[in-house]
Amino acid sequence: MSSESSKWPLWEVFVRSRQGLSHKHVGSLHASDATMAIANARDVYTRRQEGVSIWVLPAEAISASSPADKDILFDPANDKVYRHPTFYTLPDEVKNM
Amino acid sequence: MEPYICSESIHAMDLNQRFEDYIAADQKIEAKDWMPDDYRKTLIRQISQHAHSEIIGMLPEGNWITRAPSLQRKAILLAKVQDEAGHGLYLYSAAETLGAQRDDLMDALIEGRAKYSSIFNYPTLTWADMGAIGWLVDGAAIMNQVPLCKCSYGPYARAMVRVCKEESFHQRQGFQIMLNLCEGTDEQREMAQDSLNRWWWPSLMMFGPNDESSTHNEQSMRWKIKRFSNDELRQRFVDMTIPQVELLGLTVPDKDLKWNQSTGHYEMGAIDWQEFFNVIAGNGPCNKERIAARKKAHRDGQWVRQAASAYAEKMRTKVTPNQTNAA
Repeated sequence: MSSESSKWPLWEVFVRSRQGLSHKHVGSLHASDATMAIANARDVYTRRQEGVSIWVLPAEAISASSPADKDILFDPANDKVYRHPTFYTLPDEVKNM
Repeated sequence: MEPYICSESIHAMDLNQRFEDYIAADQKIEAKDWMPDDYRKTLIRQISQHAHSEIIGMLPEGNWITRAPSLQRKAILLAKVQDEAGHGLYLYSAAETLGAQRDDLMDALIEGRAKYSSIFNYPTLTWADMGAIGWLVDGAAIMNQVPLCKCSYGPYARAMVRVCKEESFHQRQGFQIMLNLCEGTDEQREMAQDSLNRWWWPSLMMFGPNDESSTHNEQSMRWKIKRFSNDELRQRFVDMTIPQVELLGLTVPDKDLKWNQSTGHYEMGAIDWQEFFNVIAGNGPCNKERIAARKKAHRDGQWVRQAASAYAEKMRTKVTPNQTNAA
């Protein structure tokens, strides 16, 4: 009794909550094509005016970094504290910098 | 997406340790992170049962959409039932991030292999049941779901945040129905009382078996999937609800219920667990009807799904004049 909808691709849904903000990932759904994915995303993810614009893209089109590479990718930033303004101490006389 | 395969340099022990460290530090586990098989299985079981409950939960209320007493009530009920469908979809998606397949989950439901909340196997006999369900059943669901917003598995926790935001209107609209009935005629008050009588015990059963006989409690608590035990949540629900019952001028069908001054909690009578397990086993008043309705909906929608697939395929393979020229 396998359903045809399962053969529909998985789409990741991104919603712009209001003009001026970027699209944000909200979830995923199955749909036969992009038009249906947008229609379904509208019903599933924006029933309470959560958005003004929707992006959908096939989940299989996303390339992701591996959790195993987390340290290799992100740890080196740890010892570069000089990239943050708080690294620099300023004389009290200097205001507004 | 491909399941994450650990690189050989990382020993399984290290992976398990990292997982345990994440849990201990209240860090979320995400879809592609390594996790113990049992953690994955427990989540798939719990999330899919939760999703099924949302979907089957549409049926008792759907029963009254055409007979709602006013256009506004009908619009509200429609919106609520549509929300339940949405909640089911958020949850199926969360289960899929763990590698479950949507059609397997669907098949398990319509073939009667999957469990869902026993409460939805009771019939909705009067309009007051729309009130009692929103107020008590959604109320109990919120009590269960709020702690799940902090569940250790990220996609489940995020789905729960959305669900909880939407559920609070469900409970309020139900309470309002009860309030209106209780402010009405004697007949309406009796209808409200009758409904409370029928839904009270099944609502308390929604929190699951007593802690000493709950099979999944301990491990789920350790993994921070569950944050509070069944009995704790049930107690909280009773303490919160009894003052509301009194406000309505109704009484719960529990002659042993009493306020305990020293503990600051209500003490409740014994729950008929025989009834609970009987309904779970498929012998509730509406189990067969619910599955039959789900099956029919699935079957009736088949041609639509087929048409959509055929159309998508046609559009994919369609050769436009421009493409012909380019080639």
